[in-house]
Amino acid sequence: MADASPMRADVIVVGAGPAGLAAAHAAATDGARVVVVDENPETGGQIWRASHRAPHPRARALLAQLERDGVTTLRGTTVFDAVPPGSLRAVDAGGHSVALEAPAIVLATGATELLLPFPGWTLPGVFGAGGLQAMVKGGLDVAGRRVLLAGSGPLLLAVAAALRRSGARIVALVEQADRRAVRRLAGTLWNRPAKLGQAAALSVRLCGVPRHHATWPVRAHAGGDGWLRAVTLRGADGSETTLDVDLLGVGFGLAPATRLAQLLGCELDGDRVATDDLLRTSVPGVHCAGEAAGIGGVDCALVEGAIAGHSAARRDDLALRARRRLRRERGFAAALADAFALRPELRELPTSDTVVCRCEDVAYGALADHRDAHDAKLATRCGMGPCQGRICGPALRFLRDWAADRVRPPLVPVPMAALRETLATTDSTP
Amino acid sequence: MTSVPRTAVIVGAGIVGAACADALATSGVAVRVVERERPGTAGATAAGMGHILVLDDSPAQIALTKLGRELWDARADRWPTRVERHVCGTLWVAADDEELAGARQRAEVYERWGVASRVVDADELRLLEPNLRGGLAGGLLVPGDSVVYPPNAARVLLDAAVSAGAAVVERAPVTAVGDGWAELADGTRLEADVVVVAAGIATPRLVPGSGLSIVPKKGHLAITDRYPGFVRHQLVELGYLKSAHGAVRQSVAFNIQPRPNGQMLLGSSRQLDDDDPRVDRCILAAMVARGIDYLPRLAALSVLRTWVGFRPATPDNLPVVGPLADRPGLWVATGHEGVGITTSLATARLVADRLCGREPPIDPGPYDTSRLREASTHA
Repeated sequence: MADASPMRADVIVVGAGPAGLAAAHAAATDGARVVVVDENPETGGQIWRASHRAPHPRARALLAQLERDGVTTLRGTTVFDAVPPGSLRAVDAGGHSVALEAPAIVLATGATELLLPFPGWTLPGVFGAGGLQAMVKGGLDVAGRRVLLAGSGPLLLAVAAALRRSGARIVALVEQADRRAVRRLAGTLWNRPAKLGQAAALSVRLCGVPRHHATWPVRAHAGGDGWLRAVTLRGADGSETTLDVDLLGVGFGLAPATRLAQLLGCELDGDRVATDDLLRTSVPGVHCAGEAAGIGGVDCALVEGAIAGHSAARRDDLALRARRRLRRERGFAAALADAFALRPELRELPTSDTVVCRCEDVAYGALADHRDAHDAKLATRCGMGPCQGRICGPALRFLRDWAADRVRPPLVPVPMAALRETLATTDSTP
Repeated sequence: MTSVPRTAVIVGAGIVGAACADALATSGVAVRVVERERPGTAGATAAGMGHILVLDDSPAQIALTKLGRELWDARADRWPTRVERHVCGTLWVAADDEELAGARQRAEVYERWGVASRVVDADELRLLEPNLRGGLAGGLLVPGDSVVYPPNAARVLLDAAVSAGAAVVERAPVTAVGDGWAELADGTRLEADVVVVAAGIATPRLVPGSGLSIVPKKGHLAITDRYPGFVRHQLVELGYLKSAHGAVRQSVAFNIQPRPNGQMLLGSSRQLDDDDPRVDRCILAAMVARGIDYLPRLAALSVLRTWVGFRPATPDNLPVVGPLADRPGLWVATGHEGVGITTSLATARLVADRLCGREPPIDPGPYDTSRLREASTHA
């Protein structure tokens, strides 16, 4: 099959969120030819996702820089296959195959929301918190709607504030972590004026919203029309309350998106891609920055992106200059992870008939006999559907301590025709 | 060993090991099965298509695949839903008149063996499978062939063995075997009247010096999203056997299977001298191109996943089933190449009948280990 010659660059950056944009800028200022690939129609990633009104100002500033740097940006382009060190294949929005080649790659693939299954979580009206925010940015009208936000982590606060600004009535904000742990984290912010400012601004915007700690959703109830009607919450003391709501935004934190890294053969460290001081992965030529290398938030992602970008452009001297900032940001990330650590009671959330794998309709009880993701997949089809375990994989990592199953191409469903064209270089690594 | 064994250890709980466990346990033998992973989750059983078919490339192959298919059919009422058994038939596709002539010859062979088949012309081919490209010459329909989901079939067979008293040890790699014994990685030594090694491509490593020539033949598969009715039969190009059993280092052939849920499995590829478990993008591309050549609309359908498996292949394309020379308490049952799911039940029948002193329904000679000795003395 005739194959168009690949687009060549010095550095390919996968993902155009904060880490990816920072990496592209750093590499470009070092004189590298940089191509950025991102699956979304607009750059900025999840956190800087442009609303239907206006792009995020910080994203706009970085993008303007990238334009001056001469960086090529491929939007709406999804990487579905990769061979180390730097051969990638993607599909564009029209389903056409795009080949990319570079001696260095920066993986800035971000994170996915951790969704834990509980009875009723698949009802219409229940969304991932981040997903709900994205839908509102995309134009979903929530004015006057009663919204409950539940789960864990700072994202819930940001989503609550954004939804409130769009006219939603926030019924309650429910955090599974203890109030004490969250307060302790706030106490560490004294030397971080920017974060303290953000936290203070959020508090103001959420003034009057009922806040619960050490509390989590255990059941979502459907009304006569089959839609979400109410949510039952349980406190650490065992008490239960049921709130009438129109929408539930739920998320238990973020899970690093590591499938591309795994396909390239990068080693993982727990649930994240293992990296060194220069954000190098275990595979030569492959770097990783941002949430995929460990959940740390936007400031951490920007620092990591810059380091990875310089390092990918072979300017380790510049990359090393940011080492102190990296340590500081990662220290904060560790404190964050600690404060919002998921409580073990959440492992009891799904009952035996709660659907865990939505693609293949697999109930939690069907997995009881199995001891790892591969075994369960073959016997029950769990994780075999179109999402290929992107949702249930991280959930089962938490619920059952199951490591991710092997990753095979394609990373996302692609038209058969995209596989007909071969990668320009074949896999020849040992 | 001349008397009926009272105890047996089976090494491997892929489809062949599971079938042997079932056949021996239900014959009254006290069976222990040792599996390095979990039943049905490793080796060719976990990676393969699950096509139950009669294959006619040699009389011995027909005899074994036909017996295999009959035994799958005989249990039809007992296969639970999770085995996903579906009698969709095989439609062998003839690209040109030469292949159609070949189809007619095969139909005669099938007829001699009492296997129903029918040659279809180009018009009927279009009616049977409207998504096939135009210009094809016709085909050969074998309506009795079926498809199953092998990992769960292996579990079901093993469950039947357990019901008949068999014991299963999971996640227990075997490091060495001998005449009436097997040793596990943790040092445990299992003894039995007979040890049956059904360890697929790992078998030669376990029984060194036996003259057993089993090499891994790498294959690729791709699975689509759900498109119910896109193809209705297992479709295989008539050039398949040339690809499957030729001496070339690598080949691809068009072979697609409809799953009961509307998904399709697209194959097939064969590569010798390649034990890399990663997807080979070049051969995958060639395999996909072949599929799209036969089914042009396949190009636009979504692929969810691709993977690799290794078939245990022998020089004469027949499995190796029987006792090893001078070691009557050490049997092998492997080398089924790409038809191990079909022939697993037939293999188990041969093993159990021979061990228990019953007359097997077909001559076990062509699959016996004695031909290994001949091959090595002539070499």
